[in-house]
Amino acid sequence: MTKSELINKLATEKNLTKSRAELVVNCIFDTMTEALMREEGIEIRGFGSFTVRHYPSYPGRNPRTGEVVPVPPKRLPFFKVGKELKVTVEDSRKNGKPIVEGRSEGDGDGVDSPAPTT
Amino acid sequence: MTKAEIALALYEKVGGFSKKETADLVELVFDLMKNTLGSGENIKVSRFGNFDLRDKRQRPGRNPQTGQPINITARRVLTFKPSQILREALNPDRAAKAEAMGSSSNVDEKSTP
Repeated sequence: MTKSELINKLATEKNLTKSRAELVVNCIFDTMTEALMREEGIEIRGFGSFTVRHYPSYPGRNPRTGEVVPVPPKRLPFFKVGKELKVTVEDSRKNGKPIVEGRSEGDGDGVDSPAPTT
Repeated sequence: MTKAEIALALYEKVGGFSKKETADLVELVFDLMKNTLGSGENIKVSRFGNFDLRDKRQRPGRNPQTGQPINITARRVLTFKPSQILREALNPDRAAKAEAMGSSSNVDEKSTP
């Protein structure tokens, strides 16, 4: 699923125009980005939480030349999966659902193609 | 920050919705994402990052407390890979430096308004 597919689904479910749904989805992720920029964690119950982790500088290497180059300190967002989602994700494996890379064919009808029997 | 605060930001930044409506919208967006991941489908949110599922095989491990060897069972895990844009947003100094040094690095310059 891509962001535009998410926007389309939201538009359909809530009877919104696509541009309106787009504003909503963009605003949600922008708000989350701004929180992380302030180093504020985000906690979405049932989904997971985002925090900012600090990584100190370390000597790295240019993989092409082997030259040692200092890697400056950085901040990275870290996502911790929520309990509920963790279980949901594991259940999808137990139910034999393969991992798919987007392209929602079964368009939210809740019915999936039969699981492979191997 | 919680869902309620995200809903409030949505209420303030995007006009025309009641507080109840923005709360419902935020709830629905995360539910849609949960259902998608729960059906085994990855999510790509451009400018923010990707939520990728990975199947892990069973592997030997250890109880870190006792050192006792145990089997780590096969499982499906969810990982979040932040976008280059989000990474740069959190490291403005680094992004600026990379830009000043030209396009030698993999840091493609994205304008942050």
